[in-house]
Order: sequence, then structure tokens, then C-alpha cells
Amino acid sequence: MANNKKKQLTPVQQEYQTIQKNRERKRPVIQNCVKAFFTGGLICLIGQLIQDFYIYYFDFTDQTAGNPTVGTLIFIAMLLTGFGVYDRIAQFGGAGSAVPVTGFGNAVISAAIEHRTEGFVLGVGGNIFKLAGSVIVFGVFSAFVIALIKTILIRWGGL
Amino acid sequence: MLAGHRTWIFEQKPVIISTGTVGGPFEANGAIPEDFDLLHADLWIGQDSYEKAHKILFEEACHKAMEKGGIQKDEVQFIFAGDLINQITPTSFASRTIGAPYFGLFGACSTSMEGLALSAYIVNTKGAKYILTGASSHDTAVEKQFRYPTEYGGQKPPTAQWTVTGAGAALLSDSGEGPRVTSATIGRVIDMGLTDPFNMGGAMAPAAVDTIEAHLKERNIEPSYYDLIVTGDLGQIGQEVSMDLFKKHGTPISKEQYQDCGLMIYREGQPVLAGASGAGCSATVVYGHLLNRMKKGEFKRMLVVATGALLSPLSFQQNETIPCIAHAVSIEYGGEQ
Repeated sequence: MANNKKKQLTPVQQEYQTIQKNRERKRPVIQNCVKAFFTGGLICLIGQLIQDFYIYYFDFTDQTAGNPTVGTLIFIAMLLTGFGVYDRIAQFGGAGSAVPVTGFGNAVISAAIEHRTEGFVLGVGGNIFKLAGSVIVFGVFSAFVIALIKTILIRWGGL
Repeated sequence: MLAGHRTWIFEQKPVIISTGTVGGPFEANGAIPEDFDLLHADLWIGQDSYEKAHKILFEEACHKAMEKGGIQKDEVQFIFAGDLINQITPTSFASRTIGAPYFGLFGACSTSMEGLALSAYIVNTKGAKYILTGASSHDTAVEKQFRYPTEYGGQKPPTAQWTVTGAGAALLSDSGEGPRVTSATIGRVIDMGLTDPFNMGGAMAPAAVDTIEAHLKERNIEPSYYDLIVTGDLGQIGQEVSMDLFKKHGTPISKEQYQDCGLMIYREGQPVLAGASGAGCSATVVYGHLLNRMKKGEFKRMLVVATGALLSPLSFQQNETIPCIAHAVSIEYGGEQ
């Protein structure tokens, strides 16, 4: 795909792109990875503390503490998004704040806040899954495909 | 008068009799707050949507320009203005308030000079006595339109630029005191095949270079004719790349005379990455900061080259490349008229 695109460029365009590439600031990938590792790790650590809190102080087990923990994390992400803090954490943390469940919460909540001005139905309702929608669609679809493969293997593969 | 292929020389030298510039909180914190007529502490400007706030920005810039020029709104013959929002509603709605005959322009971030060039042409041919021209942008309204929701945590690369919240308007007339518009070169749409919407400077640089070189050639002048050649919003990357191109083409433009509005408006330390952008960037910096400096006598001749990236969120999603444009207008003050 990328090669195809390159081929369609005229020599002038190719020449310019080489000049441009020299001046373009590279994304600091390694630095971003380290930051993402620690930001993501910190979010998971907080999640673990919340889970232990639910198990220790309430009547939850390892299995059942998951849901309230996720709920709490999303609630915190919602507050941070609403107060305009989460996007700043994300500029620092990158994938570290996007991949955990808080990132998913942020994607839903930021879209809801953004489109509040267009009303509750066409604005919030119509746009709330603008970013998160594709995660849900392809998440559900991949789960379906994996389940299909598993079923076939068990039925006919003799696993 | 047409010089060469796409340069207009304005013999009557239309005068910018007054300007109005309005900014937001981020600009108030920036490098040139004293050059704004009006600064808002809040992005909402008392409105219930960012788009409405955007409209207010341009309305206020126009009113400031008229107030400073001592002109009533029914004396304004035409408005030439635009912005970046779908169907340029903020500008159209602001023009509804002003009530003058109106041409809505879209040249992305090059709109400010597109408007000034057209206005100067019309004033020069006695098509009007007073024309209001300007451009505006609102950071969050534009982000909402072109990118992700403003509170969405997406990491921006170091080539990204910050959209200016601000509006600049100029009142142009055939007579009066003030900086004079002497010529304009209209840009071609240039596409170098770049596709990254987070690197506008890199995409727009060739358009700026093309227009500047055409301007110099068609007016038959050397770059040293101008004390300042200022681009709209190339940012750090676009500026460096265009300098490389000038060097390659053998155009003798010096680093000192070649500046960028996108690098003037904010301070060091503000999280703007590669610089400022947006239709309001060149409009506020030129009509505020640069004309003020010109009136103080810091320089006599400048060439303003507003650069625009003519993409839409849709064209980017459909894997289209980013076509760009740049319009150049020369403004002179003092010296021989």
C-alpha cells in the first residue's frame, strides 16, 4: 500500500518529500514507549489497589471484584476528562493512557462532552460512540471469529 | 494592473485605515498580548457553544476595526472574510450582524491574505470606498471539526500545531492614513503528496515558496526589497523546509528577514509543539503585532504570505493527499509612497 502510493508520486513530489523528511521532527518512539509503560503501569497499579480495596473491605472475591473496579476507574477517567486533565495525561502517556479501560472511557466521555451542544439525541446520543464505536464493532467481531474457530476445533478437531 | 501572470500591482495603494484583533486565553498568555485589542479569559466567551463563541470573535474584530477607523457599519460596502468551520458559518453569521454586502471566502489559513488581496483589488479599481476583510479561527471549534474531541486523550506528534483562537479584521479604504497595500500575488494549489494532517507546515511550505518566488519574479525585485517576508503558519518544520527550498532554488532570502506568524504569537514553554496555525493566526499577528511594529517604524516593507492547507477531515480519511495554497500581499508604510 505504502509502496503503491510512493510510485504514483511525480519525481518533483518525491524529491520534495525527501527534503521534507530531513526536517520533520521524528516522534520520540523509545521515550514515548517508556512513558507509556510507566503511565499504563501506574493506571494498572491504581486499578489493583481499587480491586484489593473492594476485596478487603467489601464482600467481593477475585472474580467478582472486576466489575466495580472497572466502574470506579471509568468514573475517575470521566472526572479527569470533564475537568480537562485526561488529555494532558495522554499527551505525556500516549498509549499508556489510551490502552487501559480509562482510555476507552475517555474516548466515550470526550465525544459526549464535545457534542453536548448539538442536543441530547443528535449530539450526545449520535456521537457518543464516534471514537469508541469501532472498538466495540471490531472487538465484538473478533470475539465472534475466535469463538467460531474454537467451536470448529472442539467439534471437528477433537480438541 | 496585472504584472506577469498572477500578480496585481495596486497603483492607488489602498490604505489599511484601521484593524481589530481579538484573542482567547491562550493568546493572552502568549508572546504578544499587548497587540490584541481585546482578549477573552474564557474560550466560551459567554456563549453556549464554541461555534457561537467563534462567531463573536469575528464580530468583535470587525466592530473594533470600524470603531478605530471611525466608520459606521452602514458605510462598509463589502466584507471579504472566512474561517475554517463547515460552510464558514461563524463568518457568515457575524456578517449577518454587521449587515454589509458579504463575500464568504474559504482559503483555509490563507483566507486573511486572500481577503486582503481581493479587497485591495476592488478598492484600487474604485469598486468600493470601505471594505472590511479578515479571518478567524477558534481552537476548540476547529479541533472539533478537523480532529478528535478536544478532551480526547490522543497523543500529538511533535510536528502538530496549535490552532489560534482569534480574529483579525482590517478596514481598507482608498484614502486615509495608514499602511498601504501595494501588490498581491495569488497562489496556485500545490500538492506535494504529503498525507499527514499533523504536519501541515511540511505540506504547506512548497506553496509558500512557489508564491514568494512568483511574486519576486513577476515584480522583478530582489528579496532584499522587503524588510520582512512573513509566512502565515508554517511553524518550525515548514519554515526550515522552505528555507531549504529557497537555498536549493538560489533565492537569496536571509534567515533574519524570513519569519513566521505561527512562531510569533506564542511564548516558549506553551505546549504548541511546532507552532501556531489556523486562519486567525496570520490575521491576528499581521493586523495586530506586525502593523503596530510597522507604524512604530521598525520596518517599511513587508510581504505577508498566508499559507493554507485545503484538506477536510473527509478527504484525509479517504486517503487523499493535502493540497496547499499561499497568497502573498505586500504592505508598505513610510518611505516614499
